[in-house]
Amino acid sequence: MSLDAANSPVENRVVAGLDQDAKIAQSPLAVRGLTVSYGEKPAVFSVDMTVEPGQMTAIIGPNGAGKSTLLKAALGIVAPISGRVTIFGRPLAEQRARIAYVPQRASVDWDFPTRVIDVVLMGLYRELGLLGWIKGNHRARALDCLSRVGMADFATRQIGQLSGGQQQRVFLARALAQGADLYLLDEPFAGVDAATEKAIISVLKSLRAAGKTVVVVHHDLATVAEYFDNVFLINTRRVAEGPVAEAFSEESLQVAYGGRLAATQIDQLARA
Amino acid sequence: MSGEEFVPLSLTPMLIGVFAAVACALPGNFLLLRRQALIGDAISHVVLPGIVVAFLLTGMISAWPMMLGAAGAAVVAVVLIEAIRRLGRIEPGAAMGVVFTTMFALGVLLLEQSDTSAVHLDVEHALYGNLESLIWLDATGWGSLLDPQALRYLPIELPRMALTLVGVCLFIALFWRALKISTFDEGFARTMGIRTNLLGLGLVITAAVAAVAAFDAVGSIIVIAMFICPAASARMMTNRLEAQIGWSVGFAVLAAVLGYVLAGYGPLWLGGQDAVSAAGMIATVSGGGLAVAAKCGPCRSRAGAPAGV
Repeated sequence: MSLDAANSPVENRVVAGLDQDAKIAQSPLAVRGLTVSYGEKPAVFSVDMTVEPGQMTAIIGPNGAGKSTLLKAALGIVAPISGRVTIFGRPLAEQRARIAYVPQRASVDWDFPTRVIDVVLMGLYRELGLLGWIKGNHRARALDCLSRVGMADFATRQIGQLSGGQQQRVFLARALAQGADLYLLDEPFAGVDAATEKAIISVLKSLRAAGKTVVVVHHDLATVAEYFDNVFLINTRRVAEGPVAEAFSEESLQVAYGGRLAATQIDQLARA
Repeated sequence: MSGEEFVPLSLTPMLIGVFAAVACALPGNFLLLRRQALIGDAISHVVLPGIVVAFLLTGMISAWPMMLGAAGAAVVAVVLIEAIRRLGRIEPGAAMGVVFTTMFALGVLLLEQSDTSAVHLDVEHALYGNLESLIWLDATGWGSLLDPQALRYLPIELPRMALTLVGVCLFIALFWRALKISTFDEGFARTMGIRTNLLGLGLVITAAVAAVAAFDAVGSIIVIAMFICPAASARMMTNRLEAQIGWSVGFAVLAAVLGYVLAGYGPLWLGGQDAVSAAGMIATVSGGGLAVAAKCGPCRSRAGAPAGV
């Protein structure tokens, strides 16, 4: 290929396009032009996101910025107005077995009549199908997932008897039972005790070490640099995306949070 | 009591009552856990004009016209609620309240004005049911259960209610896992590819079919107790959904049998003369069961339950 041709604008665009396609095909979760609205005002507007494989990514932004909505739309829980979502380069419907999801703890009724082990077994329902029997090896797997989050002793407890942190760990155990390649967690650290936070982050790091991809909706700016490789900043629109060292900058935080964070606070965080 | 008396007079109403109670209690468990307990209430109110119109058009009380009429009424109700909500700009709860009561009142008026003397359909029947009249006069004793001649004259409501119960059981059994997970965690269920909207609609339709089928037995008001009481009592006995279903069936059967017996013989035992409404007594016993479970059930104080009393 001659130097002239490679530098021509048309050629550049084609190369960039191919590059994009290749990135989307490889990405565990790629979102293009995603817009979601609950009323007249969009909650998420024309967002592009490309999650890096085998890494831990935090989705951050102020309250009401559309963090959870972005995740829910990517998973088909809420219907977007427009946009395209691919999971490892294929449509969501073909890839459900490769996804594990941890909803916000407060989104479910913990008074539901069921035990800890039954909740973890729900992670196997896709595999079991409508009528498949739950066998001993399924129970053993569920128990193994519970012990990975340090909850094996609570297997036969009613879920309403657990503390908030324990409930969050049970949800994580259920996601582990799904045996997925992509783990999506919605605010897993919200309102949990320090021990639970440590337990969760160590499980997530072990997933990353096993080559899995982890995406977390996160609200604590102080721990972003410590926990995550990449960051996705959102305030209805995409603000910044990339490795924490680059994207988690003072400018992008200023854009994402506007006047809501004091300048000194942002300064500290960006330096941390 | 001897078979000669029991089989023709009490066996069929009792069985119909039991089948109706169980068919309503099963979907009632899920409605309760989904905080949709009053859907049963709504259904039973809305379908009345549909059933009456179906009767006026066909001149008979039979299953298909009744079901179609009820379904038509449900569709009209949904359209009306949506229209009132949008045009009147009032909240959905208020729109529903207005539509349910208006349609029910319309059903009562229609029923009162039309000539239904030839069949068992009048306002009283619509409200309290007519369990006592569903007798099997061709039976002469237990032997009649094996007598094809007598079985031909079994009240049609019995096989109809039995069939409804089988349908309800099939729905719950087939979609057990999907119902359980989408009731507990709808978002998670959707990520697994479960069509939670369709499933919720299926549950409501199942409840509606049970309510319409139970119309003959217990009328359209008392059926509400059959949806809610057994499931609510059962919830206070256990912390496992599987066991809750079992308990609710037990409470439903107990209420139907005990209610029927008490209605028939209770007044006599107390020195009175007449029997009282069987459906009314079944609902009363259901309520009594709930009261006992609320007082003594092992799982009545739970983390999520409101504090106090």
